[in-house]
Amino acid sequence: MTEILFLFSTTLMYATPLIFTGLGGVLSEKSGVINIGLEGMMTFGAFIASWVAISHGNPWLGFLAGGFGGLFLAIFHAIASIKFKGNQVVSGIAINSLGTGLAIFFCRILFDGASMTPPLDLEKKIPVFMSQYATVYIAFFVTFLIWFIFTKTALGLRIISAGEHPKAAAAAGINVSLYRYLGVLSSGFLAGLGGGSLSLAIVSNFRPTLISGQGFIALAAMIFGKWNPVGTLCACLFFGFSQALVVYIGGFEDLHISSQLLATLPYILTLIILVGFMKKTTAPSALGQ
Amino acid sequence: MRKFLISILSIVLSFLVGALVLKLSGISPLEAYSVMWEGAFSQPNYIAYIIIRSTPLILTGLSVAFAFRTGLFNIGSEGQFIIGALSAAYFGFIFHFSPWIQIPLVMILATFVASLYGGLSGYLKARFGVHEVLSTIMLNWIALYISNYAVFVEGLRRPDMETTEFIQPSTSITILPDWKVSDAGVEWLSHHPFWNSFLRPPVNAGIFIALLAVVVVWIILNKTTFGFKLKAVGFSPTASEYAGISTKLKVTQSMMIAGALSGLAGATHVMGVSKNIAALATHEGYGFDGIAVSLIGANNPIGVLFSGFFLGALKYSGQKIQSTLEAPSEVIGIMIGAIIFFVAIPKIFDFIGDFKAGKKHD
Repeated sequence: MTEILFLFSTTLMYATPLIFTGLGGVLSEKSGVINIGLEGMMTFGAFIASWVAISHGNPWLGFLAGGFGGLFLAIFHAIASIKFKGNQVVSGIAINSLGTGLAIFFCRILFDGASMTPPLDLEKKIPVFMSQYATVYIAFFVTFLIWFIFTKTALGLRIISAGEHPKAAAAAGINVSLYRYLGVLSSGFLAGLGGGSLSLAIVSNFRPTLISGQGFIALAAMIFGKWNPVGTLCACLFFGFSQALVVYIGGFEDLHISSQLLATLPYILTLIILVGFMKKTTAPSALGQ
Repeated sequence: MRKFLISILSIVLSFLVGALVLKLSGISPLEAYSVMWEGAFSQPNYIAYIIIRSTPLILTGLSVAFAFRTGLFNIGSEGQFIIGALSAAYFGFIFHFSPWIQIPLVMILATFVASLYGGLSGYLKARFGVHEVLSTIMLNWIALYISNYAVFVEGLRRPDMETTEFIQPSTSITILPDWKVSDAGVEWLSHHPFWNSFLRPPVNAGIFIALLAVVVVWIILNKTTFGFKLKAVGFSPTASEYAGISTKLKVTQSMMIAGALSGLAGATHVMGVSKNIAALATHEGYGFDGIAVSLIGANNPIGVLFSGFFLGALKYSGQKIQSTLEAPSEVIGIMIGAIIFFVAIPKIFDFIGDFKAGKKHD
């Protein structure tokens, strides 16, 4: 029983950053803009969150600042994609490079040349409620919020119309660019929160290897979840579960499974999921245009 | 031609971005850039280091460029590089042939294994519709952990080290390694200060292999029907299919060639410079830099050659500002990101052009 409880709570913990970031992906891509830069936005958000929490002593301020860190990078991606109609995939790659570069650069400037921030004291970490970090509940709430926006509000329908039929939307008097900016900027904010939920809760500092492809796993979760907030949440829980399994199986010392080989599990699962589900997906029709 | 102009303008802008970031953190940009310039070109051995540094970047750049030209985005160069390096370290250690057999054999095998790894992404795209950007990212991490696993396998692991055993000396492509330290060599070099300095770093034959690869890729893309078909698939898959080209096969073949080029980069790096592989905390970036090399070089083999040298020089000289000015060398990563960003939005240069022409258009 304790084992099931352990797996359950570890799953929730590892799924949280993916949920924030995956939902960010949903917002951006629903509005019609591919966002491969989530990884870089997460990295920069994680650093900003950690830095603000250390310097101001308030984890919530840090968490919020992390969101704005991700949003800062998203501004560039939005301008490149919407104003200049540039190559969205290439711009996303640039954002990843910029996000990682800026995070480590300013980390070295602000923390005496170290590429990682010092560990947070317990009171500067995100507080725990009922044996889960508070960010876990926020992730679920944000999922509900985005589901609500997409299914119950005009705002959600306008974002979707910008991603499905931008010309028809424009003819109907909807400002397509505005809703795309909204989609991309909020995706950056959420990816930044995702990074912050890593550096302020799961791990108690920022380090260069913190994100390690999680931005891309979140992107895969979004595809697996068919660009639907609730579907994405479920996919993220699945990937969180695979991480939890890695931790769980790694705990058995007499099993003699190499920790390195075990670490490939989430990535291999992602590939398998993509192989199984890619054909049946329904991407927004005007994605990337 | 316009594309090359865009690349050059993007580079200029990226130096401005770098200057801004340095200035914000209280470091004089002019001082940093002059340290970089001095650190790149003031001594023959610096030039040699830049050539060594550029060799894998030219090859990974070619890999990404080849895929781009055939309509594929190979972000997997990083993982293919790791697989090539791991294979070269393994075969180079277990085989004991004479150099004339050993070197080509190890290189071909390492390239072949990496081409299969790259081809896997192509196959997944052709057969299951998995986008190559996502599959290659996952395969990059899988390659990293496989390599780290292999480093610790008994027999291949160097006792008590987090590295593999060194490859056999017969696998090395370093130029004149024994002569440099022999009496005759030391004597001759002491009278030739240029060569004495130039040959101090592990100068190796990898650059000739990279140059050969540039020529081969150029010929495949521009002078063969095979290359024409690959490009046709990239340009319009439906039209190609209609014209009787098997697009699925071509996608796989294209990723195999891209994988081979990245694997070759890993192999030359191990055989010429590192001589073994170490456990990695994270990706080293040879493949990711290849994306920048390809984009700066306008996805053209000749362009890639020049941008490979440029990025090699940038990366090498970037280390110098860390040692002399204590300025974080990550500013180079920021500059590379900025170059890619500007290359992604060629329209901003239209804007500049319009501005100069007094907004004649529109």
